[in-house]
Amino acid sequence: MIRLQQLSAHIGTEPLLSGLNLSLQAGRITALVGESGSGKSMTALAMLGLLPHGIRATGQVMLDGQDILRLSEARMCEIRGRRIGMIFQEPMTALNPLMTIGDQIAEPLRLHQKLSRAAALRLARDKLDRVGLPAPRFPLSLYPHELSGGQRQRVAIAMAIATRPDLLIADEPTTALDVTTQAQILNLLAGLVRQDGMALLLITHDLAVVSGVADEVAVMKSGRIVEQGPTRDIFQRQDHPYTRQLLDASRHSPPRPVAKTPGTRATLLQLHNVTREYRGRGRQQPLRAVDNVSLKMYRGESLGLVGESGCGKSTLTRAILGLDRLQGGRILLNGNVVNAATTGRNNHRTNMQVVFQDPFGSFDPRWRVERLIAEPFHLTGRPGDWRDRVAMALEQVDLSPSDARKHIHQFSGGQRQRIAIARALVTRPQLIILDEAVSALDVRVRARILDLLARLRTEHGLAYLFISHDLSVVRAITDRILVMRQGKIVEDGPADQVIEAPASAYTRQLVEAVPKLPVACQAG
Amino acid sequence: MRGGLVIGAALTSAVAGAAVLSFIWTPADITQLSIAARLQPPSPEFWLGTDHFGRDILSMIMLGARVSLAVALVAVGIGMGLGVPLGLLAAARQGGWIDDAVMRLNDLIFAFPSLVIAILITAVLGPSAVNAIIAIGIFNIPVFARVTRGAALPVWTLDYIRAARVSGKGAALISMQHILPNIANLLIVQGTIQFSMGILAEAGLSYVGLGAQPPTPSWGRMLAESQTMVAMAPHVAIIPGLCIVLTVLGLNLLGDGLRDRLDPRLRGQP
Repeated sequence: MIRLQQLSAHIGTEPLLSGLNLSLQAGRITALVGESGSGKSMTALAMLGLLPHGIRATGQVMLDGQDILRLSEARMCEIRGRRIGMIFQEPMTALNPLMTIGDQIAEPLRLHQKLSRAAALRLARDKLDRVGLPAPRFPLSLYPHELSGGQRQRVAIAMAIATRPDLLIADEPTTALDVTTQAQILNLLAGLVRQDGMALLLITHDLAVVSGVADEVAVMKSGRIVEQGPTRDIFQRQDHPYTRQLLDASRHSPPRPVAKTPGTRATLLQLHNVTREYRGRGRQQPLRAVDNVSLKMYRGESLGLVGESGCGKSTLTRAILGLDRLQGGRILLNGNVVNAATTGRNNHRTNMQVVFQDPFGSFDPRWRVERLIAEPFHLTGRPGDWRDRVAMALEQVDLSPSDARKHIHQFSGGQRQRIAIARALVTRPQLIILDEAVSALDVRVRARILDLLARLRTEHGLAYLFISHDLSVVRAITDRILVMRQGKIVEDGPADQVIEAPASAYTRQLVEAVPKLPVACQAG
Repeated sequence: MRGGLVIGAALTSAVAGAAVLSFIWTPADITQLSIAARLQPPSPEFWLGTDHFGRDILSMIMLGARVSLAVALVAVGIGMGLGVPLGLLAAARQGGWIDDAVMRLNDLIFAFPSLVIAILITAVLGPSAVNAIIAIGIFNIPVFARVTRGAALPVWTLDYIRAARVSGKGAALISMQHILPNIANLLIVQGTIQFSMGILAEAGLSYVGLGAQPPTPSWGRMLAESQTMVAMAPHVAIIPGLCIVLTVLGLNLLGDGLRDRLDPRLRGQP
């Protein structure tokens, strides 16, 4: 059993963690929940003695009655990997690409248990079987690049549990994975914990994930645990207002404008048998990322496009934006052909704008906000009153016109996403493509951005094409949902119907895999 | 290492300052030959002594710095002026035939030993400072093309580039407005390093008599002319050699220091 007692961390005099008390029981899953910057990952690093230079930890981390915070680095090395294992968020970078998975799993065994290579590899084989990568299909001689993201995360888990640690720390282990994979990985982790009697500290921002698997929950805010208790209690009755805010924001669904029947509306965007292929190397078959897709979107409609990674939704988005050449089919916006050749001014692309996922990569760091927002005017030529238009766009997204003179690094992630929306609004388009536009945001910020999007849609009669892997968010903001799989659209229907009564087996599988929050028991 | 940047900047500005100063003032007139005062060691009259014609070595060094810096600067200018646009073009057309053509041409130039080919070029075109510039400049082009392309490729994948494309901007405009400013610091660092290599190359060429021609003083030739007298008057050889070493060292320190300061990936590391 591991107990944190008054664990604090400071950088200079600035507190990062303040007085954390938490006990992790064998065979139980404790979830550490909070928004980005709340100190969740910092807590894990402090427990492992891996805090970055310049950060001091005080208090106690008790492992079997011994305070491991005071141990020398050499002693800590024995504890890391043997007593405490860790799984990271990004399965793509957590494994060494030059080592076989067998050697990687065997490495901690040889290091900590002084096993011979052969014995360690035999044990590695057992562990791989246990994490659901059975023998004939997944030999130890595979390299990480031969595995999918979910399979790599399984290998990372096998590595972490190889030495039978007492505590497993999983830092956002499923955040980078698709929903169906996420469900499998969570099940696997929960099973291992119960069978081996490990303690699991599950660090996550996703309350729905927590409600599905955790026994205990600790809610963190600004380096403090504001509330902790058994999962069921937390979801039924929140003592701290912050916990309630998080839950409300996770369940949040902005008011939806009443959708008119399609017959009464004009067509905005039309795709005819669109095909996009990636050339294969040598004689390989070309990869058909978008396969003969036809769809129709109406003015003022909010359309959702969901699917797992690799299903072709990003490729389709790029095609609609006219960034890539098509290998077949046509894309019409208001009856005009969109294709990769039509760059330059005065074309109909003014009617289409985009908001991307990453609020940090969406802006040239060297430009001021006003120049960033005014960039789409390149299509039409800058109007004389462009500064006023920029100011107006900033006000529409609830920012101040005085922000126009600032640089982008002065804004938080949520504010940047508002600036991205302002940039999309400035040419007064009819269609805004939202490519995972809220996926990188914390729940409370996400809820406010969703409200903003809903309001802007009502005020300006905008149409949204909302691309996301997150079904609950898509349901909250769209009228109609398209489900994409292997380059094809497999389902198309009204949002509620697609989620409640999916027609295709694949959609049903997706919907079932989505972690669900328990229905609110108390009003508010 | 913060000290490297300061030392590098100090050495570089000392050499540049001496070169600029030589336009308006040198301690002595080097056209005045005085066999009587030949091979004098450093003294209050001749701070760094005199050479085998009795010329003031300090004045020769100052004038030589002018030639070295000018040759290296123009050569780097040629390399940047042609290499950077080529690199930007290749990155903008990644995977296309233009990209392939540019990069294979680079490989071709890289395949030749640069100094040997520079000697060949100056031997064919005739030894002069201008031909030395051309010879050194040509070999700077692929360096800058490659660095530019390599730095530009990851920038092309960023969302703000996609946003610019959605705004209808073409590859040329995006390269100028977004790509170039965001990779400029890398190019500056590469520029200082190429600059130091240019100085070394110029010294090498004039050492074998293919750089600036007499009577223009040049560090490499000072070194070459003094080697028969090393036993009698070692300072005559040591001083120009030391100047080359310190200048190259200074520029390299400056380049490394700038990289540490400008590269965000290295920022904040001890």
